[in-house]
Amino acid sequence: MVSFADQLLVLVMLINFIMLGSSRLAFAIRAVAVQGVVLGIIPGLLHPFSGHLLAITVSIILAKGMVIPYLINDAVRKAQIRREVEPFLGYVPTLLLGAVFTALAFVFAQKLPLAPEHRDLLFVPASIATLMTGFLILTTRKKAISQVIGYLVLENGIFIFGLLLAEAMPFMVEAGALLDLLVGIFVMGIVINHISREFSSVDTSRLQALREE
Amino acid sequence: MPSTLFHILLLLLMPPLLLGVINKTKAAFAGRVGAPCLQPYYDLAKLLRKGSVFSSTTTWVFRAGPVVTLAATLVAALLVPLGNHPAIISFNGDMILFAYLFGLARFFTTSAALDTGSAFEGMGAAREVTFACLVEPTLFFILITLARMSKSLSLTPMLLYPSPAVWGEAGAAMLLLVGALFIALLAENCRIPFDDPTTHLELTMIHEVMVLDHSGPAFGLILYGAALKLFVLGAVFVNLALPFKSGNLLVDWAAFAAAMLFLAVLVGVVESVMARLRLVRIPQLLVAATILSAFAMLLIVR
Repeated sequence: MVSFADQLLVLVMLINFIMLGSSRLAFAIRAVAVQGVVLGIIPGLLHPFSGHLLAITVSIILAKGMVIPYLINDAVRKAQIRREVEPFLGYVPTLLLGAVFTALAFVFAQKLPLAPEHRDLLFVPASIATLMTGFLILTTRKKAISQVIGYLVLENGIFIFGLLLAEAMPFMVEAGALLDLLVGIFVMGIVINHISREFSSVDTSRLQALREE
Repeated sequence: MPSTLFHILLLLLMPPLLLGVINKTKAAFAGRVGAPCLQPYYDLAKLLRKGSVFSSTTTWVFRAGPVVTLAATLVAALLVPLGNHPAIISFNGDMILFAYLFGLARFFTTSAALDTGSAFEGMGAAREVTFACLVEPTLFFILITLARMSKSLSLTPMLLYPSPAVWGEAGAAMLLLVGALFIALLAENCRIPFDDPTTHLELTMIHEVMVLDHSGPAFGLILYGAALKLFVLGAVFVNLALPFKSGNLLVDWAAFAAAMLFLAVLVGVVESVMARLRLVRIPQLLVAATILSAFAMLLIVR
């Protein structure tokens, strides 16, 4: 089962690359939803079956795979965004940067003082690589929605790291983290609506220009 | 010995059949009957019987182009194991020779195109070389990954190494390699997402534009060389993707031939369901393939 979880983590890292390279917003949202579902499956594979585990798995898949993507899609519709992602950096440079960061994540994970049973697993490198991808998306994209997606990917990275401890982590902590995320997305949605109403666009680079009225 | 003979026979006779199967698949998708699967053989026979016309502005480079290209591809074909049978020529480090024989072939094709002095063919040559630069890292990442997995620098042990056990153990990396190799195969052979092999007068084509001035037997050699290149890269792909080893010689050869035909059908399906990419999007896809193969290497080296 552990090797199957490793394959799923490879899939998660591939989705990172897809998100870095895709120019369509709707496609990126769907990719993040798929990533969420894959991440939801992993804890179910790793730990012995229990009601607690089932609740976590189901709630993660529901939140990450359905509710949050739905909310983002809703924000996209309300702010009437067309389709482009509009990066500061081109797609190919971000893809290459993503690849370099992934490679560095593997190097870095090997240097970390990990427990011997975690050393050969993909969890730590995958978590760092996903974190870095989230950072990249957050910093290189102009549209506020793409930045929300970057934030989600960042959170997914943290979640992968938490998977190693999933059994030790009480359900309430996990639920609290998910709730935080949900509230974050709500706030972001409201902010995006405001930005789009004030500037008639959600291009965050316009926020740098001061103007008086 | 019979295996060696069979290897050479298959190598010489099968490549045009692949083109025929691809065209048949495309015709089936479009709801047409299509040309018979053996049509490329008839075309080749027709071209070889014709006379050649050489422009007076061309030099020996133009005449050498098709011959050197075909010769280099043939030598490369001898380095690749087919089915479960080791390659005819094999030595330590032949993967570098394999990669650069294709480089030599491409150098002479593009030189011959430039030799005509036509601006149109020069444009095709420039595109071909640009995209080749982007495919090469993919090919090398794949070869390096395989070399690392099989701990050998020769193509025969490298390509015969994948087995069901290897797939079970390093399935993710193998899948990435196969995906990257398929993209590289389509790009190297100028198939549809990158280039349309059936167009003949468009500004967006790459390979076809370079061979417009060739005629008769020279053009026949080019067509045959292109088919052979598809066959060789296809053999590499089949060796990776189908780790089937029965031990029985005949069964292995039959499985290999069937897999090659299936690959041709697969290429035909891809060509039918996809449109050609815009030229500016092609580097993006090629870089993605490079990243896939680099990622596979990362998973293996770790």
